[in-house]
Amino acid sequence: MTINFNDETFYGDFTFRNSPKAVQRFPFPFPEDSYMYSVNLEPHKSYRPGSVYERTFDVDEHYVAEMKDRARVLADDPLRCQSLPHMTLAGWDLVELIMTAKAEEYPDLFELHRDGDRWRWINRPLGIDDTFTFLDETTLPYGPMEYITRQTQGDFAILDQRDDNLWMDAGMVTTQADWSLDFDIGMNFFEWHAPVPKAHEMGVFVRALKFLLNIQQGAPARRLNWTMTINPLLDTSPENYHKWGAMKQELTAENVGRMMHLRVELQTLFRLPRSNALVFPIRCYLIRLEDLVTVPKWGRRFHRVIRDLPVELATYKGFINNRPKIVEWLSKYDDGAPTSPGIWPD
Amino acid sequence: MSAGTEKIDVTVADVTPVNELVTRFRFVRSDGGPMPTFSGGAHTVVEMQDGGRTRLNPYSLMSDPADRSGFSISVRRDDAGRGGSLYMHTKVHQGMKMVVSNPVNLFSLDLRARKHLMIAGGIGITPFMAQIKQLTAMNGNFELHYAVRTAALATYADELHATHPTRVHIYHDDRGEAIKLERLLDGQPLGTHLYVCGPKGMIAWVRKTAEELGWPREAVHHEEFLAPASGKPFEVKLALSNKVIKVGEHQSLLEAIEEAGVDAPYLCRGGACGQCETDVIGYDGKFLHNDHWLTDDQKSSGKKIMPCVSRFEGKTLVLDR
Repeated sequence: MTINFNDETFYGDFTFRNSPKAVQRFPFPFPEDSYMYSVNLEPHKSYRPGSVYERTFDVDEHYVAEMKDRARVLADDPLRCQSLPHMTLAGWDLVELIMTAKAEEYPDLFELHRDGDRWRWINRPLGIDDTFTFLDETTLPYGPMEYITRQTQGDFAILDQRDDNLWMDAGMVTTQADWSLDFDIGMNFFEWHAPVPKAHEMGVFVRALKFLLNIQQGAPARRLNWTMTINPLLDTSPENYHKWGAMKQELTAENVGRMMHLRVELQTLFRLPRSNALVFPIRCYLIRLEDLVTVPKWGRRFHRVIRDLPVELATYKGFINNRPKIVEWLSKYDDGAPTSPGIWPD
Repeated sequence: MSAGTEKIDVTVADVTPVNELVTRFRFVRSDGGPMPTFSGGAHTVVEMQDGGRTRLNPYSLMSDPADRSGFSISVRRDDAGRGGSLYMHTKVHQGMKMVVSNPVNLFSLDLRARKHLMIAGGIGITPFMAQIKQLTAMNGNFELHYAVRTAALATYADELHATHPTRVHIYHDDRGEAIKLERLLDGQPLGTHLYVCGPKGMIAWVRKTAEELGWPREAVHHEEFLAPASGKPFEVKLALSNKVIKVGEHQSLLEAIEEAGVDAPYLCRGGACGQCETDVIGYDGKFLHNDHWLTDDQKSSGKKIMPCVSRFEGKTLVLDR
């Protein structure tokens, strides 16, 4: 296989690591030295071979370990995966979208053989070889959305489109930045975004919704979002805050580089053809600050972004108390030199 | 946020006259590949190279959404229209290369519905053709009430009735048959969604009756594509691209913008989706708003126009485009 999958954990002993190759392809989210919200959407087209933008659904060295982590989280809390009854067709849309894309883009890892409605799906990294009938739920071990998202990195929200709004009516959410599917299920676009500061006043959501409602088949879109996470925790859910929230107190000037992680979400949006729903995959990439600053441009820029971030945003993103320590540590990697435009390493 | 829709190169596989006014067209991919699937109620925008001008007309997809071998549309000839349907009827032939857009759905089924109650008038039957195929495959509960002028002009009525004898009800104008709407709407089970597609008057009648009977707004769906109205020619200044363009009598403002080589967003080209909404920088004259996207306040504000269907009469109009 072309990818060596890591044997690593995202909890407990936290053995998660990025290889030097994974560091180089990390989706650093800041095109300039400061950050403010924007509807920073662009077409999700294949771009920069080797980057996370090359494939429709990026598969990387963390794939197998992330899928194990998902199974672990689901075993503890099955409500991380929910699909309202009218969303089953959208689940099949997602099965088709992911299987077709992965089989085409990673032929050495995945195969899809279709004989009418009879489909055979081979997932080599996870050792799966299943034959099922498309659109017949009884032929799969789980519902269609759960089946395929147990085999695909990233969280998934499936949004039903009606009444000129989007409704979070299905999802698989185990790698989230402190939001809850069980809380948001059935909410519309404005309701589930209600906690976000500043953006409402800026009119960001009205514009974003209008754009999303018009996303078309064959024309997916993407954007990056980010936050900070202590330890390489994929599951930073409100449900488990009692387990990970306290870890934020463990940060010291000495362990910042090792413990603090930049968490970047590659968010994509696809119109699902049969159901007319939208799927919103939220793929989480983690990098410890120690690794991040090995790219000098990123070290300089990240220091400036975190230092100058408005208080409301640092609070919302959950690192306001630790900000002084993070800025102090990052300042060692900022010599004040100018940075080049764009997100890529020089 | 690029303009327009993703395109597919197609070949006309069949041109089939259905009756005196309606002809069906079948498109297959020119590269031999499969067409995208779609959801019932979706339309495609067909590009027509008519002499020196490009026409872009939306038509509901009527084929089975699960059928990847091709798309079918049915076009009603409109002798008094701007020429798109006449082009389809007189110029398009089997084997011809054309370009269509990926499917876009502004009239989708609400999949929460316990029952789908459909009301069609005339050529408004086309989106229901695809929805009925989709629902049949899903074992969905639907009922169609279809008003036609005469049996001879009852597009696909025989086929629908033969396939779904208990679900399909046909009403012939020339026999004095009419949909007893109040009675129909009164007797529906909880969780029914109502869909209407047909002439403007029919849509207004169904929506008004449903509202009066207390139907929730979210349970009433309609599809109304407006053909861009013809009107007096007018001049427009496009501020961003620094161009002055002339909109012809039978041309829409959007078409004139495109003809000038300016990339403008659109989806439905029928005043419904809101994608082409354009800011007005200045004007001296009168807007002829024909869309049903802008609110009445926006229409009277003089700050917005939907160039796909709306026009202008007066001295100057400056747009932020």
